[in-house]
Amino acid sequence: MRDKVNAIINKYNGDKGQLVSILQDIQTEYYYLPKEALIQVSETMSVPVSRVYDIATFFRAFSLEPRGKHLINVCLGTACHVRGAARILEKIERDLTIKRGGTSKDRKFTLETVNCMGACALGPVIKIDGEYFGQISTEKVDSLLNQFE
Amino acid sequence: MVTFTINERELKAEKDQTILQVARDNGIDIPTLCHNEALEPYGACRLCIVEVTKGARTRIVTSCLYPVEEGLKVKTDSPRITSNRKMILELLLARCSKNKVIRELASQMGIEQPSFKPEYLEDNDCIVCGLCVRACEQVVGVSAISLVNRGITKEPAAPFLEPAMDCIGCGSCFYICPTGAIKMEDRKETRIIYNWKVEFKLKKCKVCGNYWAPEKQLDYIKTKWNLPEDFFDTCPTCK
Ligand code: FES
Repeated sequence: MRDKVNAIINKYNGDKGQLVSILQDIQTEYYYLPKEALIQVSETMSVPVSRVYDIATFFRAFSLEPRGKHLINVCLGTACHVRGAARILEKIERDLTIKRGGTSKDRKFTLETVNCMGACALGPVIKIDGEYFGQISTEKVDSLLNQFE
Repeated sequence: MVTFTINERELKAEKDQTILQVARDNGIDIPTLCHNEALEPYGACRLCIVEVTKGARTRIVTSCLYPVEEGLKVKTDSPRITSNRKMILELLLARCSKNKVIRELASQMGIEQPSFKPEYLEDNDCIVCGLCVRACEQVVGVSAISLVNRGITKEPAAPFLEPAMDCIGCGSCFYICPTGAIKMEDRKETRIIYNWKVEFKLKKCKVCGNYWAPEKQLDYIKTKWNLPEDFFDTCPTCK
């Protein structure tokens, strides 16, 4: 981990103003922000660890808990909601036996919700690893999730 | 120098001074909770609000942050300010309904019973003004704590909610806290700061035998100022 984190820091020339980007890259690498990585960032960049922790807990995009390899985002915006988004969320929760915000035991999936992705015409819509899947139904969920290794 | 008025009184001040500074220099009272002269203004508690009129436009600003301007008309106790400030205190009181300082301030504004119940939060002593965090960073230079999380769960805390490893036990956070939210205790030869889960050994004075300051704090000062090893063997009283 040390080398990977160092490479990320070096990519930004250790610029303190780029702390958020650095944490984003670390999160992309590990799907969450490991404590050792945050301490390493603090030490290498001479930023107080309290400051790093402050930022890491401020943004919702960051997670301090291990997350799954794939991130599922279920849209619960108004348009998706009236088209049954809640049922789809329930179905995924049941399939993966996790609640929203949680990560499946095999660390394959993390399930989150958003309140509108701006893709209302496609509703109900879910996003997996940044890819949008529109007009989802409860029947389609299984085959969709199976596509992800 | 700029000329402007506070409550219709004409005043002169340097351009980069804040309304709050000038008001206090001239004996005009504005209540504050998150302000301390030794620190950068922060604008967290909103208690210091005043009404400013510039040309045809009147609005409410925080006086601890707002710099004075030529021709500005400031009001510190208009009906609008009083009612807004009262609402701010109502909200603080909802969060800190048992806190002495907040209750006193509220009762000064004529609030005896809180109007709101906190639905999502337990009763708290902390108003999240950030004074402890700012003192630790700006005065002590240690930055052992920060404001963590966001929204209603925001709170001052040590990294990873573990014992604050960089804390030197100086107690600045405890002394500066306006509401007594930080719990610190000196028990004979140990100092405990409960909020940051830390304990420190206190140094014993060679002469009077009193335990007078955390060893870690004294070491920190010694290194910072290049002081001789035995510099703190006696306490300030016996020196
Ligand atoms: S003193 Fe200005 S906001 Fe607290």
